Amino acid sequence: MTPAISVIFFTTASGAGYGLLALLGLLVPFGLVPATPWFGLASLVLALALVSAGLLSSTLHLGHPERAWRAVSQWRSSWLAREGLAALLTYIPALAFGAEWLLARWPDPAAAAFGVLAAAGAIVTVFCTSMIYASLRTVRQWRNAYVALNFFLLAGFTGALWLAPAAQFFNPATWFPEMLALLFGLAGLVAKIFYWRRIDRTPGASTAETATGLGHLGRVRALDAPHTEENYLMREMGFRIARKHARRLRGMAVIVGFAAPLVLSIAALTLPATPALIAAVIAALLALGGVFIERWLFFAEATHTVVLYYGRAA
Amino acid sequence: MPGEIIALSNPIGDTVKATTCYMCACRCGIRVHLKDGRIRYIEGNPDHPVNRGVLCGKGSAGIMQHYSPARLRSPLLRIGERGEGAFKEIGWDEALGIAAGWLGRIRASDPRKLAFFTGRDQSQALTGLWAKEFGTPNFSAHGGFCSVNMAAAGLYSVGGSFWEFGEPDWEHARLFLLFGVAEDHDSNPIKIGLSRLKERGARIVSVNPVRTGYSAIADEWVGLRPGTDGLFILSIIHLLLQAERVDLDFLARYTNAGWLVVRDPGGATDGLFARDADGRPLIQDRLTGSIVEAGRAGAAPRLAGEVTLADGRRAVPSFQLLAERYLDPAYAPEAVAGRCGIGPERIHRIAAEIAQAASEPVVLPHPWTDAAGVRHTEMRGRPVAMHAMRGISAHSNGFQTCRALHLLQMLLGAVDTPGSWRYKAPFPRPTPPHAPPGGKTVQPDTPLSAMPLGMPRGPEDLLVDAEGGPLRIDHAFSWEAPLGLHGLMHTVISNAHAGDPYPIDTLFLYMANMAWNSSPEPTEIGRMLADKDEKTGEHRIPHVIYADAYFSETVAYADLVLPDTTYLERFDCISLLDRPIGSAEGPADAIRQPVLKPDREVRPFQDVLIDLGGRLGLPAFVMPDGAPRYKSYADYIVHHERRPGIGPLAGWRGNGTRSGRGAPNPDQLERYIANGCFWRHELPPEAHYFKFANRDYLQAATDLGLIDKPEPITLQLYAEPLQRFRLAGLGHGSILPPPDLRERVVRYCDPLPFWYAPFEQEAVDEAAFPLSAITQRPMPMYHSWGSQNAWLRQIYDRNFLYIAPETARGLGLEDGDWVSVTSRSGRVTCPIRVMEGVNPLTVWTWNAIGKRAGAWMLSPDAPESRQGFLLNHVIATFLPERNGRRLPSSDPVTGQAAWYDVRVKIEKEASGAAETVPHPPPVRRPPGMSVPVRRAHA
Amino acid sequence: MTSLPTPRPGGKKLGLVIDLDTCVGCHACAVNCKEWNTGGHAGPLPDYDPYGPQPDGVWFNRIHTYEAGEGETGRTVHFPRSCLHCDEPACVTVCPTGASYKRAEDGIVLVNADLCIGCKLCSWACPYGAREFDEDEGVMKKCTLCIDRIYNETIPEAQRVPACVATCPAHARHFGDLGDPSSEVSELVRSRGGYDLMPEMGYRPVNKYLPPRKNTCHAPALPAPATHNASPGGNPNGSNVGERLLAWLDRALSS
Repeated sequence: MTPAISVIFFTTASGAGYGLLALLGLLVPFGLVPATPWFGLASLVLALALVSAGLLSSTLHLGHPERAWRAVSQWRSSWLAREGLAALLTYIPALAFGAEWLLARWPDPAAAAFGVLAAAGAIVTVFCTSMIYASLRTVRQWRNAYVALNFFLLAGFTGALWLAPAAQFFNPATWFPEMLALLFGLAGLVAKIFYWRRIDRTPGASTAETATGLGHLGRVRALDAPHTEENYLMREMGFRIARKHARRLRGMAVIVGFAAPLVLSIAALTLPATPALIAAVIAALLALGGVFIERWLFFAEATHTVVLYYGRAA
Repeated sequence: MPGEIIALSNPIGDTVKATTCYMCACRCGIRVHLKDGRIRYIEGNPDHPVNRGVLCGKGSAGIMQHYSPARLRSPLLRIGERGEGAFKEIGWDEALGIAAGWLGRIRASDPRKLAFFTGRDQSQALTGLWAKEFGTPNFSAHGGFCSVNMAAAGLYSVGGSFWEFGEPDWEHARLFLLFGVAEDHDSNPIKIGLSRLKERGARIVSVNPVRTGYSAIADEWVGLRPGTDGLFILSIIHLLLQAERVDLDFLARYTNAGWLVVRDPGGATDGLFARDADGRPLIQDRLTGSIVEAGRAGAAPRLAGEVTLADGRRAVPSFQLLAERYLDPAYAPEAVAGRCGIGPERIHRIAAEIAQAASEPVVLPHPWTDAAGVRHTEMRGRPVAMHAMRGISAHSNGFQTCRALHLLQMLLGAVDTPGSWRYKAPFPRPTPPHAPPGGKTVQPDTPLSAMPLGMPRGPEDLLVDAEGGPLRIDHAFSWEAPLGLHGLMHTVISNAHAGDPYPIDTLFLYMANMAWNSSPEPTEIGRMLADKDEKTGEHRIPHVIYADAYFSETVAYADLVLPDTTYLERFDCISLLDRPIGSAEGPADAIRQPVLKPDREVRPFQDVLIDLGGRLGLPAFVMPDGAPRYKSYADYIVHHERRPGIGPLAGWRGNGTRSGRGAPNPDQLERYIANGCFWRHELPPEAHYFKFANRDYLQAATDLGLIDKPEPITLQLYAEPLQRFRLAGLGHGSILPPPDLRERVVRYCDPLPFWYAPFEQEAVDEAAFPLSAITQRPMPMYHSWGSQNAWLRQIYDRNFLYIAPETARGLGLEDGDWVSVTSRSGRVTCPIRVMEGVNPLTVWTWNAIGKRAGAWMLSPDAPESRQGFLLNHVIATFLPERNGRRLPSSDPVTGQAAWYDVRVKIEKEASGAAETVPHPPPVRRPPGMSVPVRRAHA
Repeated sequence: MTSLPTPRPGGKKLGLVIDLDTCVGCHACAVNCKEWNTGGHAGPLPDYDPYGPQPDGVWFNRIHTYEAGEGETGRTVHFPRSCLHCDEPACVTVCPTGASYKRAEDGIVLVNADLCIGCKLCSWACPYGAREFDEDEGVMKKCTLCIDRIYNETIPEAQRVPACVATCPAHARHFGDLGDPSSEVSELVRSRGGYDLMPEMGYRPVNKYLPPRKNTCHAPALPAPATHNASPGGNPNGSNVGERLLAWLDRALSS
């Protein structure tokens, strides 16, 4: 699948945003991160900014962005519609959560309730996003449980990595977000490695023989494509990445997206306040970059069955 | 439920007009739907006999052809150097004035100095007449580089031909053999027919070096090496004779198998038929043993046994000569299979299949009467049908190969019988044909005595001078190509450039892309067209007039360009006098009518020709007072009479009720238009088969004017006219070949088919050039036309050289590699594609995808010029010169260009090649022409 | 509504049966389809860079060429590919706006271009590559099974079939109701072993493909000639051939 930059940015940014939102919604009521209004304002603005930037970016790849509002109507069948709906609905508890937070005196049951609702909305939205891909039978690299797990863990990871500097800024003694980041990060890395092993080792059920139904005649090879120049299908779904190149990028994703942020997070736990804050910010930025690479690969390494018709393996 | 409201019953357009397609040579009926003055949709006409409602990809893309940006807009006059493409637009009066000036001077001095050659010859009845009236023998259409071998072999054997002039009996054939068929002639009828065969469970065997198109759906593909079809066929004949599985009754009744051939080695009549005083061929009656004239009522010929004629000469039936030749072990499968590139067991098996299918006759319950008046209660036929086209034809052994195939048909008794190949009306014609070509004498301001293209029956009909040298610029009907029935268009420019046999003044070309895909060695042709005489500074070909609808590669080489309309803007006539659309059930013809008015300064070429005919005072085109006889081509179509009562169109003649013969009918075109632009005359079932000897058919054909007399047509197993040429080669008679050509004439003008290696094979070291290189026609393209079509060029805008896996491996090549392809005369660089379905000693590519940069209004960086290529660049026009004589690399009997003879070697190109070679510089676009950047049409 | 219509027993399922045994790869269907549809309900079907270096456009029908098997016994198969109007079309269910839908009355899968936001997800969901994005209009397009032909009362009834079917010279395309087991197309599928593309995908295509038929040849070998046996050692040359011929001809023609 051809990596669509706007969509990759969307899942990366909104993943971090929803992760942050979910963590805020779940942790603040329990006092695991600072409850100060300024922290609330800053972190929620950051979360919603990441989410909104992602959502706006996702409309860039639409043929008709102005019709994007229609995209929520078919929630009964479409994961994309569900995602849209969930994303929109999540704003309600998220904004209410923010308002209550700023006005409330902690502990505040209403704020806690909105927080939990916002967290639920965020998790549901991320799940819907992952299911857009995981529901496609046409792309074997996407059609597996690792996809949802990966989206979930990386949302938590990047969310936690953003939560950490925000929390540190307001309370340098905070350590819980870093711990969460370490937890999500390690789990995410393991899940990703398992994902890569799976896609490398599990061939697709579909072949040129099943695509054409001509297997009974022998091995099927594409001789001539319908048209001598590339068409929409191949531009959209015929992206190819060399194995060597993919391996290098995987390594880069692991280093930039996981290893470095994890090391920096541990460092942040041990360093004095200001360097720790800097380390945490760098960790969050690096993770965003690394996840961007990981998501790019998520597309680039995905093969669509339509390429079987054009003489390639899927 | 979804709320979308769909207009289910929108009318297709606001107007619909029937006409005839021109997107290939098929001539399907189409219905053109217009909406707001633009074409909305073109569909097949369900009522039309050719296509019965279907329409191919080319026909369906007619819209984009009509709206092509490459349409010429105005007459053009060259202002720069020839070949540079610098023109100015001029008006029609000026253009026609210039043309008439050049042509008038020639006609008044030496009409031979006009060479008038046309490409898409669908109005050859008019162009041929025009050349005759002008008085130049230097006329032909493109048949010489197309399929004259097929036409000549057929006409001299069975009085008809494959091509689009005959068709398999799709409804009754049980075995169908397809030889080297180009996918752009009779293409929809063949596709309709193939599916009909499949529905009926008939078997299809395709003999073709390449497994594409029709070959792809054959039950069996025989991937023969190019140029060996003759050997394959003669080997089958060998097996059939061995097994005594030929139809002796058919041979005795309908062919010249029993005609006695004089056996008088060294004598002047050796190999000719023994004839009586009235010139009638003789047979030995089987019952009485006496020698009587062929066709005598009650007599049946013996097919073997030497007899002594009254004058003491010995003679044998031609069948015996045939059997003696082909029973020779040299034709055994084991002896030939290696050359053919297949295993001998396949020849055995296919021969067995043929014999088996032929042994189970198809019987139709139609009583019929033969030419002798004998009533038959039923029609019994051999359900083995064949079809062949350019693949076997475009070789220097093509004539004899095509003859061999007809021989096989005759031996099987599978000619125009139920289940076999059948003639389409107006065929069969008497065979051997006899219509001496005009041009023996040429005089100023005088028409020729006969049409420039004819059908010689012997040396006396040739167009040669006292030394045996050619009289035509293309050397047709000379000893180089005695049966050059369609001319040798591919040699015209080279010969004109060389002044061989004489210089010309004006080259007048119509829709023939001679500077590119219609010529071997196109770069060389371009050079010759632009070349000047060093001494005089004048062009070696002083004037070039080119008529075409589109900006082809040849436009740049013209001095004067006469822009034609598209096929949807003019009247045309698909005439029984030319290349009609008849079927086996009866004759048919058709017209085109203007569907749209031209929006440019263009005129139908035929109108222009008629206008020029009037200006030049050509007798057939002016009234006795010198005024133009015809207002337009439409006027000509209706009023011209070739012979009394016979004109371009056969339908609705006289008062509108006459078919075939009748006075001109002023309302004829209206009647055609009302009938969907075609006319069809269905013969009764008793006239559907055995037409060569079917009394009802022969009478009906005579009444319709298809033939002159209702006399039976004897199929020519043994082709006597060839023996006449051969005897001249042996020194008999007064018209003799030049000494250095005698051996050639004797060898190749063999009255019985034989196989010889294609000339190119003998001209090169086989080890140095081990591979045959051929082209195939892509079904969605017609010659070079498709590339300007916004839809069709999406299907093919670049081509590859296809090569068998083991051949590629042997050369260290992988799919997608670039290679250089070198022949003795040229070299191209191109990418390869590996495929299973190709003979391992053959490489091939699609024809005419490669374009010169900038031509056809494609952008100069279009893939057609950067990744597309022509095989033409490695094909030589001439054989290596010997004894100071330059002979074309063409068939020695007909002069057909031997496109598929070429031998090449292939070498891997250093990595980095990404552009095909040769890549001549871009051509300049004519003034006033532009291309929409994004949109194909509004 | 992108939820699929509830299947009704015996409900109409209009679709195509494509005969790979007769398709010669002429592209007639593809071009005529383009021609019909560019001026029809789903039109225009744009062409990008039509005379330039990368011509490309929207086609609802694309003709591939495959080779299957090796050498002379292998086959070249021309393979038209278009929308299969599946029973379980995920291209419909993934659509977030309701632009993609499957008609309850005949099973045709369509796109309502007015609702389409151009997210392209349906093209990702289609295993067969049947969806074509119109970059000019920013909406997805696809084969309509010529819905504006097959129900069009302004054209003769016999021609109310999809353009690709009407124009196919090799009669390799058949149109009909595959939901009706007694229809001609259902009968063809039964008798010729019609099959689904990528059945493992579970989309349950309505369109079926008919496989190339087997190459069978049962001609007995040509027997050794009777006359040949009668004169063993006869050299098939000169007078021996003549004698042999005479014997053969006498025998054959005297009956």
